[in-house]
Amino acid sequence: MQPKRDPVTSLREAFPDAIQEVVEFRGETTVYVTPAALPEVARFLRDGDGLLFNFLVSVVGVDYLPEQPRFAVAYHLYSLLYGHQLRLKVRLNEDEAVPSVTPIWPTANWQEREVYDMFGIPFTGHPDLRRILMPVDWDGHPQRKDYPLGYETVQFSFNFDEIERNKPYAKG
Amino acid sequence: MTIAPEMIKWEGTLEDLAHLVSPRALTGETVLLNMGPQHPSTHGVLRLLLELEGETIINTVPDIGYLHTGIEKNMEAKRYEQAITMTDRMDYLAPMSNNLVFCLAIEKLVELDVPERAQVIRVLMAELTRLNSHLVWLGTHAIDVGAMSMLLYCFREREQILELFEIVSGQRMMSTYIRPGGVWRDLPPAFMPALERFLDYFPARVDEYEALLTNNPLWIDRTQGIGIITPEDAIAMGLGGAILRASGVNFDVRKAVPYSGYETYDFNVPLGIHGDTYDRYLVRIQEMRESLKIIRQAADRLKKLKGPFRSDNRKFVPPPRSELGRSMEAVIHHFKLWTEGFKAPKGEVHVMIESPRGVIACYLSGDGSNKPHRVHFRTPSFINIQAIPMVARGHLIGDMVAIIGTMDPVLGDCDR
Repeated sequence: MQPKRDPVTSLREAFPDAIQEVVEFRGETTVYVTPAALPEVARFLRDGDGLLFNFLVSVVGVDYLPEQPRFAVAYHLYSLLYGHQLRLKVRLNEDEAVPSVTPIWPTANWQEREVYDMFGIPFTGHPDLRRILMPVDWDGHPQRKDYPLGYETVQFSFNFDEIERNKPYAKG
Repeated sequence: MTIAPEMIKWEGTLEDLAHLVSPRALTGETVLLNMGPQHPSTHGVLRLLLELEGETIINTVPDIGYLHTGIEKNMEAKRYEQAITMTDRMDYLAPMSNNLVFCLAIEKLVELDVPERAQVIRVLMAELTRLNSHLVWLGTHAIDVGAMSMLLYCFREREQILELFEIVSGQRMMSTYIRPGGVWRDLPPAFMPALERFLDYFPARVDEYEALLTNNPLWIDRTQGIGIITPEDAIAMGLGGAILRASGVNFDVRKAVPYSGYETYDFNVPLGIHGDTYDRYLVRIQEMRESLKIIRQAADRLKKLKGPFRSDNRKFVPPPRSELGRSMEAVIHHFKLWTEGFKAPKGEVHVMIESPRGVIACYLSGDGSNKPHRVHFRTPSFINIQAIPMVARGHLIGDMVAIIGTMDPVLGDCDR
């Protein structure tokens, strides 16, 4: 077994241009990388000696409206062998795409579909990029900050007719 | 009223799924069959589009359906303490685990300490939740495979755990008992005697389940060699919990990344060998015994351990009700916390814990206001259902119910 290596120094050695920023907060390390370099960095982290981040815990989309670049995708990695954790983060503008990491960690398949469905971030090279939580013909991406929360009026006897009029389906 | 053609919502055509089924499905040589959402083993909204050759499953296309709870979006519109109530509704068989992961994330974000008694109560509740969830799993899995009486026995025991929850929180399922900085209130006097009664009663019941199932030839026929997952596949698919450990991978968050003082308890992590449905059953049964061990240790500690059940940091934790009559400061804290809540700094944290179904992780990002900027839960059911096509390939359609059951999905846990 190779001795454990610090992922940040290893990444700085191997990819001096791809690392944008490294943030430490509450004992967690976040490494910001450029979208183009993501697959290489991910493969390096999964297979590199002393790194072996073989467990992708989660893929999270974040909307930072009104900041620019607007979106971010965060990948939370864990190494079953060494027990260390790392967050990879990619910042991107509204019309940018991220390379998919599904070939590297198959578990990313549905998680990337979810980010695509909820934020409208496309993933290039994804084997099956369809909506997953919303119907195929749904307009908009619900977890964007500019998407309204929405509500349904509670039906009482005094507003029964009005609400019923706006419901086109399920008429007896 | 007649429905105009453009109003009929169509979910897509077979061409949209062509890359997921074999070419023979498009020519009609193999049969495409929808299993669920009405099938009793598919938990309400899960639909599996099976491609069959004879009775053999060639491909599966899972569709997790539309529960539309919108929990993550709703949490962004609520203050931190209000948002805890939403986490109960996510995975309704393991509410305390969801409370716990969200509270741990809040505590990490705002740097809030938890007193020791609260830590022990949390561990106790998390393990009771594991028993609660495994009992429902065992009952429904057995009834899917064909053993009717297991469901009745398991729900009989689960009832007692729900009663314990009712004693501490006033609610049977949506407890919202674990709060930032500790728990909602101390254990009431009726709790410990009830827990002792349960601990006396329950271990023999686990033996009974094993007597019914473990050596039962029908049970063995239906589960051994079904849905084998190799350790490599399990890691690649990100599976967690009993499913991962039944494949022989020794990964338990309680041991690997301890939280709430789990490192001070004495318990084992059961592992399987073959990674089939039967091993997953054995691992979960063993987990129930290990949970009982932890509960016993926690109960013994609670007898000796006195002290606060919640942090006294008044920036984040409201004062006890009894102080409101005496202290103006307490009134101010109480008013501020229940009208404005507390503010969390700008930053992001990620916490994972071991829920009954596997690894549940919470990503919490604050923006300096009193509401979370983004909450995301990595829920185990979502990941487990994703693995069903891989597990089911090559099995008979009758084995599908055993495979769904062994994945232990909760569809509320799968939705966002």
